[in-house]
Amino acid sequence: MAFLQKFLIRTLYAVILLAAVLVLNFSMMHLAPGDVADTISQSMGGADEEVLAQIRADYGLDQPFLVQLGRYMGNVLQFNLGYSFFYNAPVTELILDRLPATLLLVFTAQLLALGIGVVLGVISARRPNGIASHFVTMLALFGYSAPVFWTGILLLIAFSLKIQWFPVAGMRDVTIEGGFFTHALDVARHLVLPVITLGSLFLALYSRLARATMMEVLGSDYVRTAKAKGLTEREVVYKHALKNSLSPVITLAGLQFSAVISGAVLVEAVFSWPGLGTLAFQSIIARDTPTILGILFFSALVVIAGNLLTDLALRLVDPRVGGKR
Amino acid sequence: MRTLFKGLMTATALASMMATSAIAEEPKQGGTLVTVLGTNVRNLNSAVQSGIVTGFPGAQLFASPLRYDEDWTPQPYLAESWEVSEDGLKVTLNLVKNAKFHDGTPLTSKDVAFSVDVIKANHPFKAMFAPVTSVDTPDDHTVVLNLEKPHPALMLAMSGQLMSIIPQHIYGDVPVDEVKTHPRNNENVVGSGPFKLAEFVNGQHVILERFDDFFIEGRPYLDKVVMRIIPDPAARAIAYENGEIHMGAFELLPRIVNRLKKVDNLTVTPEGYGAVGPLDWLAMNTQRGPLKDVRVRKAIAYAVDKNFILKALMQGTAVESRTGIHPDSPFYKADVEAYEVDLDKANALLDEAGYPMEGGSRFSLTIDFGWADVKPQTEYVKAALKKVGIDVEVRASADFPTWAKRMGEMDFDMSWDSVFNWGDPVIGVQRTYISSNIGKGVWSNTQGYSNARVDELLEMAAVETDSDKRKALYDEFQTIIADELPVYHINALPYHTVYNDKVGNPPLGIWGTSTPIDMTYLKD
Repeated sequence: MAFLQKFLIRTLYAVILLAAVLVLNFSMMHLAPGDVADTISQSMGGADEEVLAQIRADYGLDQPFLVQLGRYMGNVLQFNLGYSFFYNAPVTELILDRLPATLLLVFTAQLLALGIGVVLGVISARRPNGIASHFVTMLALFGYSAPVFWTGILLLIAFSLKIQWFPVAGMRDVTIEGGFFTHALDVARHLVLPVITLGSLFLALYSRLARATMMEVLGSDYVRTAKAKGLTEREVVYKHALKNSLSPVITLAGLQFSAVISGAVLVEAVFSWPGLGTLAFQSIIARDTPTILGILFFSALVVIAGNLLTDLALRLVDPRVGGKR
Repeated sequence: MRTLFKGLMTATALASMMATSAIAEEPKQGGTLVTVLGTNVRNLNSAVQSGIVTGFPGAQLFASPLRYDEDWTPQPYLAESWEVSEDGLKVTLNLVKNAKFHDGTPLTSKDVAFSVDVIKANHPFKAMFAPVTSVDTPDDHTVVLNLEKPHPALMLAMSGQLMSIIPQHIYGDVPVDEVKTHPRNNENVVGSGPFKLAEFVNGQHVILERFDDFFIEGRPYLDKVVMRIIPDPAARAIAYENGEIHMGAFELLPRIVNRLKKVDNLTVTPEGYGAVGPLDWLAMNTQRGPLKDVRVRKAIAYAVDKNFILKALMQGTAVESRTGIHPDSPFYKADVEAYEVDLDKANALLDEAGYPMEGGSRFSLTIDFGWADVKPQTEYVKAALKKVGIDVEVRASADFPTWAKRMGEMDFDMSWDSVFNWGDPVIGVQRTYISSNIGKGVWSNTQGYSNARVDELLEMAAVETDSDKRKALYDEFQTIIADELPVYHINALPYHTVYNDKVGNPPLGIWGTSTPIDMTYLKD
């Protein structure tokens, strides 16, 4: 019963938060001078005044602010995210079209970075002053400080132009024909460079955090006890220490979910990856309010889901979390 | 000089044509041409959406009555012949008999009449068909456009992407003014052009397939055209270089254009942008402060060194333009005041205008820009005008709509601006200078410029059917605006088309990629 109550309260908070996100963003978009009619006219190479007025009337942009806001919120309450002015398509459809590409990119990059990051962190924690450790530190520093658009272009020049291993842009090559496996392989080939670019950023975070927590854990009493029991170094590290050092890493990974869209925007732009980040970027430029709000709504949902998943994962590795106190 | 230059150009063109024909090869059937678009496509239906992005797929999907060759002469397309009545008030089009839409329905005069209605109701360029009062369809293959006044601009307005003939049996199920949001604008698009729509995934690609029943026998040559959507210019450049993309247009970053020019198997050419007619200029608000005085505007022109902009900022990729008409247009007049940089003259003009130099400064102005590419130009203007005692503050806008609103409301002193001709001067030139269009949104007469003679010249030229007389009117117009400087014209936008050695006969006519590529082919 207590759990249900907690769940309901959390849901209520989430709904209020979502509404606040929408109202705030709607107002902010409205405060900025100019509107989507200008960008539509730009995409058409200019438009007569009459046409601009027509566009504003068609999309209700000539209505008072409160009327527009009320209409929008009313639609959202009916689970209707509205209609994109710029793309002439329902926002939900636009987002669902782009979501898989972003999820594929971000999840692959996250998982790889998490796996490799933890391994690198552990290796360098075991010999904090060894060559391997310095190498990992260098790699992390580079990965974290190099701007992703620069890393991206550099990788493109190296692996698409000089050695032509990977394609330049997009998610699939529409000129090839074949079955499911041919296409899956093709997507994988397109995925490599964006994943490396995005992953290098996450990798830095994970490896540094894993290294720090691992060093802390390795210095704790129970590790000394385990060593005193006569366990091998390997057993101590991987059976006892690793599990305990993982929880901060998992928390960080969970928090990174919120960066699903923000983190991917630049990488998607460099590689023309047809995901949500590109859509968000272009909608902001086009001042396409319904699409931007729709994406923010989705991001908020992803963050909430991410937090729940993090909670679950933490329960798995750390029995103290969520237990009765 | 200009004529001599043009003569030379023609001679060179002839020579190179002969050179090509000596080794001319038969166009080859088949193959998939991979091209690229720089932004997402808002709408594939070019009857309701203009612009350079929709223009490319639009011109493949839909056919127009006319097409133009490289030297601005109209050629038959959907109309096998046409006739303009003596008084210029009736334009008769005789349509080809075998044109079909992609769904097999024959194209008739009814579709043309319907398309005119749709374009009049939805298209942003109202000037194109405004004088058309009614359209008669005496039989299935004859269309008569009735005009309230002679309208020579109609010829260019019937070509390229500007007059796409759309099927009434598909788009006629909603009121004409709602066609712009018709669901068939982006899926199951049906036109009568050389290619039909196979797949359109926004943000990724447009795929077109050969239309086997195209009304010109034996064409198109290509089996398939893939238009990939790659917004990042650096990524596009790499894709041209490694051969992933055969051809692309509208590349304009000087750094990238110059880099691609050095690649062996690529051709990079500024040909094919005359009709789109993109121009860069320094706009001046003639209704505000010191800029009201033509002497101040002239002083600014004398102080800004165009050569610096062309050589240092544009790195030699752009050509100078001196008037509001694109240098490739037959109406362009190069023989006008050019404002060679002259700081003494600039200072003298400013003194004369009553703005004496006090402590190294006379007065201050702001300069706006609407997109990041042209920020260096505004920074340069700031530095250049400092030398003659004008303090300039560069005002950034958060995004395009912010800038567009400032321009539309004439809330600016000076601004960098890019405006396109869109074929005939009546469509894209007049709007900047005629006094009836002052302050009507971005890309109207945002300079608040008003000159009765200019209004008169533009109105006379709009209805003048004799092309020599028309040119004379536009000549006088260009002389006046170059003298009075509502805008200081700087250069034509350095748009370039890039294609590799495999591409035969790329679209380099006056409409560039906004024309059917039914004659383009892939070599072995």
